[in-house]
Amino acid sequence: MLGIDDPFVLTAYLGIVTLAALSLVYGLVRRNAARDEVTPEDRQWALDEKKVEDEL
Amino acid sequence: MTGSSSVGWLDIVVILAYLLATGYLGWLGYRGTRSAADFLVGGRSAHPIIMAVSYGATFISTAAIVGFGGVAGLFGMSLLWLTFLNIGVGILIAFIVLGEPTRRLGHHLGAHTFPELLGLRYQSRGIQIFTGAIVFAFMPLYAAAVMTGGSVFAATQFGIDFEVALLIFALVTAAYVIPGGLKAVMYTDTFQGFVMVIAMLFLLWFTYSSLGGVTEAHRYLTDMTDMVPAPLVQMGHQGWTAMPAFGWGAPTYDLWWTVVTAIILGVGIGVLAQPQLIVRFMTVRSRRELDRAVPIGAVFIMLMTGAPFLVGSLSNAWFAQHGPILNGKVIQEIDAEKGRALVELMKQDDSGAWTAVINPKTNKPATAALIVSERKAAQDTTGASFELAGGRSSAVTYVKGDADKIIPAFISAALPHWFGVVFFLALLAAAMSTLSSQFHTMGTSAGRDLYERIGDKGRSREPSILVMRLAIVVGLLIAVTISYMVRQEYIIARFTAIFFGLCAATFLPAYVGGLFSRRVTRTGAFASMIVGLAISLFWLLLVKAKEASAIGLVQWVTGGKTSILADYPNWPSVDPIIVALPAALLTLILVSAVTRPPDAEHLRHCFPERN
Repeated sequence: MLGIDDPFVLTAYLGIVTLAALSLVYGLVRRNAARDEVTPEDRQWALDEKKVEDEL
Repeated sequence: MTGSSSVGWLDIVVILAYLLATGYLGWLGYRGTRSAADFLVGGRSAHPIIMAVSYGATFISTAAIVGFGGVAGLFGMSLLWLTFLNIGVGILIAFIVLGEPTRRLGHHLGAHTFPELLGLRYQSRGIQIFTGAIVFAFMPLYAAAVMTGGSVFAATQFGIDFEVALLIFALVTAAYVIPGGLKAVMYTDTFQGFVMVIAMLFLLWFTYSSLGGVTEAHRYLTDMTDMVPAPLVQMGHQGWTAMPAFGWGAPTYDLWWTVVTAIILGVGIGVLAQPQLIVRFMTVRSRRELDRAVPIGAVFIMLMTGAPFLVGSLSNAWFAQHGPILNGKVIQEIDAEKGRALVELMKQDDSGAWTAVINPKTNKPATAALIVSERKAAQDTTGASFELAGGRSSAVTYVKGDADKIIPAFISAALPHWFGVVFFLALLAAAMSTLSSQFHTMGTSAGRDLYERIGDKGRSREPSILVMRLAIVVGLLIAVTISYMVRQEYIIARFTAIFFGLCAATFLPAYVGGLFSRRVTRTGAFASMIVGLAISLFWLLLVKAKEASAIGLVQWVTGGKTSILADYPNWPSVDPIIVALPAALLTLILVSAVTRPPDAEHLRHCFPERN
């Protein structure tokens, strides 16, 4: 199949495409499933991170 | 093989357009939202494409494209299993399983570096210092792999010496990372990511179409099994579209153990414990952002690793069909019907006589399998007549077995020069985004995790910023020195694999245990890290033949052998991760089981959601 005789290499070749397709499905199914909120703790963390980055 | 060094007007237009676009996006970014932290501070969400591609651009570099693409050119499509793991482990498991717990734990504890995350989770200054020291000590190895990859490509594409290319690359890197390019400008990362995607799509399309289509190309490569160089066959190479021979106890299985344990598992699993990638999860706004980034990240990684691995392998078929004509004296007919023969390679001297090409490694005449297209009478330097065969060979022959040159040689020989320039810019972009995160990690490890912790100076910012900058300069100098000094077989992939394997064995059990288990103890985590590191270093210094013999300690210990297990076939090819990671995991479990559990109050602080 596809000019590749070794079943292990063929499995990897097709497996890559399958995993990428599964990832697309996952992204579509889960796109709004999880909560999307920024807590004060998240914002404080980001402020601290930004401070270090800016200084550097 | 060397490429053309001429730069035409089209090349100049391409370079200018690229630099203008990057500069414009950089300027836009610096005016407003620049990094993931800025998005979070503003309470806004980075577009999932921006989030995923900038993560991917940090992950993918010249090491993956030139280094591992070249290894695929040498060893074949078995490397596609690494792409499979890159998507399955590096994207799916990393984003879906580890991403959100890492983000939450980092924010609860106020951790900003990976060593700080482990140190705060286990309430251990020692763990933070230990982790920071390992990152600072070994990250230059990975940075050297990235720099070597870019320099080898530039040297081939523009026809300059490797040393000159490395010097230019080092100066560009220094100009980028020292004054402030460290701050990831997500828009430029994303633009550079798109350039890489387009370059890879074009490269893949060109390669397949120039070989007659997908199936035709694979079929042709499958039929080239009898042209695999003898040294590779002796290691277990069974063709460029086949896995190496599997078994235990004979040198003919060495290649399988090298490819599967070091390259596929070492790098495929090691990505989970990469400090510079783990920190990225903390800059994400929410679980939803991670979920949305999964499909884009998967497709990006598929293109960035799958394409070079396929193209690297298929370059053997391209050179066999379109490469320059080589000449030699037939020493063995391989397949008379297909016109394939093993020849002693020959070149013509100034007098017109033919003389053998000498292999510098063996000091014997170089041999190669040719697809013979012409035969004619010729004379050697003694005046004796012989039949001179002319024909083409695999990419491995043209680059004299140097895997790191396969992708650069293919692009230089097969593709239009303007594409070589675009590809070089894409590589440069890939290298810079990876290098900036590597040096950022080195700087913060030295400043926050070593200097501040060891000196017990609390959070005094000013001196630690100076230490960070100094650490970046020192790290850069070490990386350049390694690139300059060490030029061996597929060194780009090997440096990368060493660093990834070392991180996995040392950090992975403690990191994953710290995210999910309330029972893992400080002593258990520390013991597991020490065991993982110690076994990895022992294996690299004394057991794994390629690395041990290059370092030299093993010859001194054994009186000249390349491994203390040299008499036990296959052990010297097994990667440290196979032994060190299970040992570290076992240590984590056993030591945690017999030591005092962590303080309940601290666990409530780490995991408030579970209370």
